[in-house]
Amino acid sequence: MIISVASGKGGTGKTTIATSLALFLSEEGWKKMQFLDCDVEEPNAHIFLKPQIDRSEPVNLLIPKVDEGKCTYCGECARVCAYNAIVVLKREALVFPELCHGCGGCSLLCPESAISEEKRGIGVVEEGRVGSIRFVQGRLNIGEPMATPLIRSLKRKINPEGITIIDVPPGTSCPVIEAVHKSDFCILVTEPTPFGLNDLKLAVETMKKLKIDHGVVINRANIGDDKVKEYCNKESVPIIAEIPYDRNVAVLYSSGIPMLIEGEKYRKIFGQLWASIKKRVK
Amino acid sequence: MKQLTVISGKGGTGKTVITASFASLAEKKVMADCDVDAADLHLLLHPKIRKTCEFRGGKKAVLNQQLCTNCGRCIEVCRFDAISENERRSPEESRTTIDPISCEGCGVCALICPVQAIQMQESLSGEWYISETEYGPMVHARLGIAEENSGKLVTVVRHNARLIAQEKDLDLVIVDGPPGIGCPVIASITGVDLVMAVTEPTISAISDLERVLSLARHFKIEPVVLINKYDINLENTKRIENFCERDGIEIVGKLPLDSAVTQAMVQGKTIIEYGASGLVTEIEDSWERISTKLKK
Repeated sequence: MIISVASGKGGTGKTTIATSLALFLSEEGWKKMQFLDCDVEEPNAHIFLKPQIDRSEPVNLLIPKVDEGKCTYCGECARVCAYNAIVVLKREALVFPELCHGCGGCSLLCPESAISEEKRGIGVVEEGRVGSIRFVQGRLNIGEPMATPLIRSLKRKINPEGITIIDVPPGTSCPVIEAVHKSDFCILVTEPTPFGLNDLKLAVETMKKLKIDHGVVINRANIGDDKVKEYCNKESVPIIAEIPYDRNVAVLYSSGIPMLIEGEKYRKIFGQLWASIKKRVK
Repeated sequence: MKQLTVISGKGGTGKTVITASFASLAEKKVMADCDVDAADLHLLLHPKIRKTCEFRGGKKAVLNQQLCTNCGRCIEVCRFDAISENERRSPEESRTTIDPISCEGCGVCALICPVQAIQMQESLSGEWYISETEYGPMVHARLGIAEENSGKLVTVVRHNARLIAQEKDLDLVIVDGPPGIGCPVIASITGVDLVMAVTEPTISAISDLERVLSLARHFKIEPVVLINKYDINLENTKRIENFCERDGIEIVGKLPLDSAVTQAMVQGKTIIEYGASGLVTEIEDSWERISTKLKK
C-alpha cells in the first residue's frame, strides 16, 4: 500500500504528519514499512526520523556527447530535441546539459551515430533504517533544476509488499505529480486559512485528475476560519483528522522532535487517521 | 530597474505575507507572483485582471489506436516508463497505451513509430494575467492542474513584469518566489539584484535556508535573510544569526510569532493594512534596509 502525504501549500505540516504516521505504524508492529522522502529539493524527514544511513548512490541523467569526428553538422539532433538542449552551428554542435531531460532521442536518431551518452549527476539517493522502517531519501544537487528524474529513481525503490509512506514536495506541478503518481491514497494536509484553502483546492483537483483517493488533515485546526471545513463538506472530501495548534508541538518541532512524542492525545489522532485510511483502501 | 525575489526553501515560513506587506510599502514597483503552482499573493492584494493570456508549455504523446500495430518500438525507446502494454480485451484492440501523466513530451516515440500512430499534441498548460492592484501593477499566473513547465511559466511572468516596469518607468520588480531549490526557483532568481530568504528558527527551515543560500551563491546573487517567528526557538535564532554573520549575510529583520498574521490573512489584508502594531514597525524597518541596499 502506498500512502502519500501532500499539501499544495508549504509549511502546513506535511513532514510532521508523514513522519508521525510512520512512527505510529511502526509502534503498532507493522513490518515491511518504508518511508520515501520525495521532497528532494528540501528533504527534512530525516531530521525527525533520525535514520542510520547505510547506502548512498548518485543519480545520473544520460546526456549526449557528440563525436566531432563523425558529426556532419546536419542538425537532425537539434530538430528532434524537444527541449532545445542541442544547437548545431556550421562547425560545432553545442550541448546544454541543464536543459537535457535525458530522453535519448538525439543519440537514437543521429544518422551518423555520432552521439553517445555520458552521465551527468543530478543528486543522490540515500538509504537507511530506523527501527522497522526502511528509509529512502533523495537530495537534489544545488543549482540543479531537474527534480523529477531524481524522484523517479526514488520511486523505483518502492517495495510493493508492505506499507510505503511518501513525503511529497509542496505545490502541484511536475515533482508533485511524479511523487504521488500511483499512490493508493493521498493525505492532503492543510490549515484553516485562506492560503491553506486556496492551495487545498488545487491539491484536491490534482488528485481528482490523477484519480487518487484522498482525505484531508486539518492541521492547526483552531486557528483561522471554517472555510476549509465548509469546502470539504460541499465537495464531499473526507476530513480524516483535525489536529489543534499547540505551541508545545511547534516548539518541539523547531528542535526536530516529532509530534507523536507529545503523548497519548496524538497517538489517538493517528489511530483514527489510520483507521479511516484502512477503510478506504482495500 | 532593480529586481528583488523573496524565497524561503521551506514553504510556510511567511514568504507571501511579507512580500504582500512590502507591496504596500514599496514605491514605483511591479509585483510578480512566481509561485505559479500554488499562488497566494492575490488573496492579499486582490488584483483586478486587465488581461488574460494563454500559456502553452509542453506537448504530450497521443496514440491512435487504429493505426497502432503493437510492435513495441515506442515502449523500448521511452525513458520515462510512460508507455506500456495492457491486457488485450479483443484481438482488434490495441494493447499499447500511453500514460499522459508520465509522458515527458520528448517526442521520441512519435519519431520512431514505423506507422506514424503517435502524434505530439500541445495542450493549454495554464494562464497568466496582467492586473491592477491598489499598490500598482501585478503579473501572476495559474498553472493548469497536473501540468508541467512551471519554470517556463515563471520566466513568462517575470519577463512581462519587467516589460511593464520599463513601459511605466517603474524602479522595481518584487517577485514572490516558490518554495524549494529546483526549476521554478532557479527561474525566479536568475539575474535578480537581491534575494531575500525568509526563514524561521526550526531545524527544518535552517536546513532549507542553507540550501537556498548556497543556491543564491551558485548563481552569484547576494542574499539577505529575514527571520520570521524568531521567538519560537531563541537558540535556533542565535544559530541563524551566527552563521549569517560568519558568511557576511545581512539579517534585515526579526519578526515575532503573532496570531495577527492569521487574522489579517482571514480578512484578506496585508499586515500593514491590518495594523498589527508589533509587526508593522519591524516590517517597515526591514523594508527600509532592503530598499537602501537596492539603491546602492
